[in-house]
Amino acid sequence: MNRKTTSLIGAAVLALALAACGGTGSSGSAGSTPAAGAFNKDATIQIGSLYEPQNLDNTAGGGQGVTEAFNGNVYEGLFKLTDDGKVENLLAKDYKVSADGLTYTLTLRDGVKFHSGKPLTSADVKYSIEKVTAPDSQSARKSSFDMIKKIETPDDQTVVVTLSSKSISFVYNLSYIWIINDQAKSLTTSEDGTGPYTLGTWKRGSTLSLERFAGYWGTPPTNKEVVFHYFTDATALNNALLTNAVDVVTSEQSPDALAQFDGNSNYKVNNGHSTTKLLLAFNDRKAPFDKPLVRKAVTSAIDNKKLLNSIWGDYGTLIGSMVPPTDPWYEDLTKVNPYDPALAKKELTDAGYANGFSFTLDTPNYDPHPTAATFIKSELAKVGITVNINIITADQWYTKVYKNHDFAATMQEHVNDRDVVWYGDPTFYWGYDNPQVTDWVKQAEQSDTTDEQTALLKTVNEQIAADAASDWLYLYPQIVVASSSLSGYPLNGLNSQFYAYGIKKTA
Amino acid sequence: MTAYLLRRTAFLVVSLLLAAAVLFLLLRLLPGDPANSLLSVGATPDQIAAARHQIGTDRPLAAQFVSWIGQMATFDLGTSFVSTLPVGPEIASRLAVTVPLTLLSFALAVVVALPVGFVAAHKADTWYGTLLSGVSQLGIAVPVFWVGMLLITVFSLSLRVLPAGGFPQDDWADPAQALTSLVLPVVTIALVMAASLIRYVRSATLDVLGSDYLRTSRALGSSFARAMWRHGLRNAIVPVISILGIELATTFLGAVVVESVFALPGLGGMLVKGLAQHDYPVIQGILFVSTLVVLVIGFVADLAQRLIDPRLRHSLARDAR
Repeated sequence: MNRKTTSLIGAAVLALALAACGGTGSSGSAGSTPAAGAFNKDATIQIGSLYEPQNLDNTAGGGQGVTEAFNGNVYEGLFKLTDDGKVENLLAKDYKVSADGLTYTLTLRDGVKFHSGKPLTSADVKYSIEKVTAPDSQSARKSSFDMIKKIETPDDQTVVVTLSSKSISFVYNLSYIWIINDQAKSLTTSEDGTGPYTLGTWKRGSTLSLERFAGYWGTPPTNKEVVFHYFTDATALNNALLTNAVDVVTSEQSPDALAQFDGNSNYKVNNGHSTTKLLLAFNDRKAPFDKPLVRKAVTSAIDNKKLLNSIWGDYGTLIGSMVPPTDPWYEDLTKVNPYDPALAKKELTDAGYANGFSFTLDTPNYDPHPTAATFIKSELAKVGITVNINIITADQWYTKVYKNHDFAATMQEHVNDRDVVWYGDPTFYWGYDNPQVTDWVKQAEQSDTTDEQTALLKTVNEQIAADAASDWLYLYPQIVVASSSLSGYPLNGLNSQFYAYGIKKTA
Repeated sequence: MTAYLLRRTAFLVVSLLLAAAVLFLLLRLLPGDPANSLLSVGATPDQIAAARHQIGTDRPLAAQFVSWIGQMATFDLGTSFVSTLPVGPEIASRLAVTVPLTLLSFALAVVVALPVGFVAAHKADTWYGTLLSGVSQLGIAVPVFWVGMLLITVFSLSLRVLPAGGFPQDDWADPAQALTSLVLPVVTIALVMAASLIRYVRSATLDVLGSDYLRTSRALGSSFARAMWRHGLRNAIVPVISILGIELATTFLGAVVVESVFALPGLGGMLVKGLAQHDYPVIQGILFVSTLVVLVIGFVADLAQRLIDPRLRHSLARDAR
């Protein structure tokens, strides 16, 4: 038996070695785009990620990880946000809006079944929306649905939602609501959705697998199984990709490692669009940052380009505001507060801080914040501002900064798209309080047309940039690195989504 | 000996209960809010309050303590605040990685360290005795993650003979596959552990080599081997065993760095995450289980020492009287 095992291992090692040789040998000729159709439709796609779900319910603190694994894969919304940021019908066949913009009549797609076998009805939709708006909901989108007055279900295929005020983003926001079987139990550890995959097994700290759902109403996935492998160490994740233990990395967070894949024809490095912004957020309530001039001075004193380059090399974008290029109201505002230490000095003098000042920067203890904080400290020292870096945990950040507003300035990544609207909320942690901006944000949401909304939010964006409400250091890159045997994976991963159903692996 | 066993077992049980109570209180004295890990940027004050209610930390401390003790009495370690999964089964699943990892590393380290340490002491005057001693000194200085990364670079990335990390999804369903994924982590831990063990074995052996009883035994006509076997080793092994016990206990939870480098779903990683999130049931569960393990290891080490060293037995017998 021993000998047999040994020879089996030997064979396996040999096969591995051969496969490795094969890989290298063919690398010169095999293009980066495999011929369409020549894929294994029963393939298992191994996905490497740093974001393990905290639990499986996005209304109970599941976090970024569960969005990545489940959005569009296991659960579907009435509408879908495509990888390039468009909103399309999904479980909703179509919808009508009343003339006053307050009543949405949604018709559901026929023949949709949950994984448990139960057909989708309007009651499930009502349940799912109410799960997000419930008092105990931890959904990040909860407040976007504050204007829902009532939800009615006149028949199994029709849902009528009445709003108390107009909401131009209502349909877009609905794309974040998972439609869940209203009879489902223990959703933090299991699922019952309508998506193309069912949950296989979730081995905490290690893997989560999704299996193709035979009863799916739409186009079946181009692979049989998807396994998410979770890592806590970015180097370990890259090693897994280098040794073919995973086929694709959802979001590369180790800039130094990219050199191993760039220019290697076995891999493809995809530079997509991200919505994650790194902010130096001031406490706009408290001196000295209650003065726009001081905030502008700090913004102009920091060379964001150099910072971005030192962290991400040639990747990433400077945006000069809260709005990433994928949002409809994007415009390049990097010129509003340009990098100009002389200007910064002048602004400081004008604001009455000719001799500078000192402040404490509350810095989350994970990358890239400590590195960026050190850079900011050295930049500000040049204009006479002393920065005391205070490293805190994510937990402390929520208590000290987010809840108690007990800070002078902090750093944080803001991951969602369309989140410029937070500047319209004076109670938000950064305390930016401009009644006009608050009003514009409110009006924008009540617009009749998207053009009107876009115009208003552009004005908002321009105003917060002019006031240097925060310093938007840079927009993260969204880098998906994949084996060249893979195609059809999402490139942008807006809001950390990662649709897996179109991924093809060559046979 | 029976009296000693009884006394030692009672001590074990009392320590465990005390540890459980201290754990519970200390965790809650630490600053931090477990509800924070459920929040996202944009959470309203209502949602923050709801998060506390969801995990039950808005209840009085005494009530939380009573319900925890109640669970413990039924061998239930509770459910995680964050994942809502029961803690017990998850610890069991992590132990399926951590226990083999610890024991295999430990065994390998001992197998290497005992002869090497002995030779390093016995041949301390020769060039290779000095070399062995020097290498072990170096081994202590080298960080464990660096050893791991080095081994990965050589055996996974260059030679491609062993996986760079991960553990089979179905655990030990395929033992060969599971073992394969443990080879590099085991060697990593064993190398570093062996380095410090060698130092201990070496110094214990040096003590024995210079002892009067060994010289006397030799003077009475025993060969070196016989004198060493009858008197030397038995004396040298006593301090080494207590060190072994400590090393084993340390590795049990201290393997977290290696787990992270090799992406292994072990107990250390679970604890670190639990601590970061202030996930009390998870932390309590792991620390309770590991306290139990550490106490048992200490118990066994004590027992082993007494079996080997008659002096300890006799001093104890005198105490009992």
